[in-house]
Amino acid sequence: MKFIYQTWWKVITVIVIVYTLIAGLLLGVPTMPILHETIRNTYFHVPMWMAMFTVFTISVYYSIKYLQTGKEEYDLIAVESANTGLFFFVIGLITGMLWARYTWGAFWSNDPKQNSAAIAFLLYCAYSVLRNSIDEEQKRAKISAIYNIFAFPIMIVLIMVLPRMTDSLHPGNGGNPAFGKLDMDNRMRIVLYPAFIAWSAMGVWIASVRYRIRLIEYKKNQIN
Amino acid sequence: MKKLTLMLMLLLNFATVFAQQNGPVEMADALRSSGKIYVVVCTIVIVFLGLAIYLFSIDRRLKKIEKDQ
Repeated sequence: MKFIYQTWWKVITVIVIVYTLIAGLLLGVPTMPILHETIRNTYFHVPMWMAMFTVFTISVYYSIKYLQTGKEEYDLIAVESANTGLFFFVIGLITGMLWARYTWGAFWSNDPKQNSAAIAFLLYCAYSVLRNSIDEEQKRAKISAIYNIFAFPIMIVLIMVLPRMTDSLHPGNGGNPAFGKLDMDNRMRIVLYPAFIAWSAMGVWIASVRYRIRLIEYKKNQIN
Repeated sequence: MKKLTLMLMLLLNFATVFAQQNGPVEMADALRSSGKIYVVVCTIVIVFLGLAIYLFSIDRRLKKIEKDQ
């Protein structure tokens, strides 16, 4: 936990993301029908979801820890991680919609991937609504922690599992190519994997800043 | 025969004109498509670096407030 106050990993994160921005736009990519240059979206759209998964995982981890220990700080980490995750969720949805407009023909084509992502988004919106609707602090922390533990696996199933079982148009789903051996070469891997890690770290950074602000607010509101 | 040569000459004349039009003329499209992607890359990098520096400054201010407490 001490590491969120340190600077070194934030500097590395920024350097790696700048590298992926430059290499992702200038390095060669496999030529594919329909995709053309939008194959480069993989470097920028998919890491948003990776960052979201990372902060949501942190959120659910601290929700469990809160229920175990009852420490108020853990609840604050959980809620701020979930808020940061929602931000990356929105960015991921919007970039996906823009890409879909030029490859599938419409911003929203009721594709299984899009629909289940929208449901998962509402699931986490409900988390935030639930939190804000309870005034009593401990009750709010406890109920929202339990809700978070239920919402997380459902979100994973909605985004990762269900679209793969039906015929979604999204790459990697319904027999469509994505990260397989045939359509992803090593030129893409040296950009994509660092992007996953760096954007996840970026998500952790933003969540940690939000948590520190909330911690100060919490201490200020405490009655001594 | 005279008519034929005249016609051929006129045809060739046209051909040269045609060739000039379709020759390797520097078009604005070529510059736009190939050379200027670097401008976009620079813009994106500047935007991102700006955001990163902003985040760093928020971090520093937060550190100061945390120390005061």
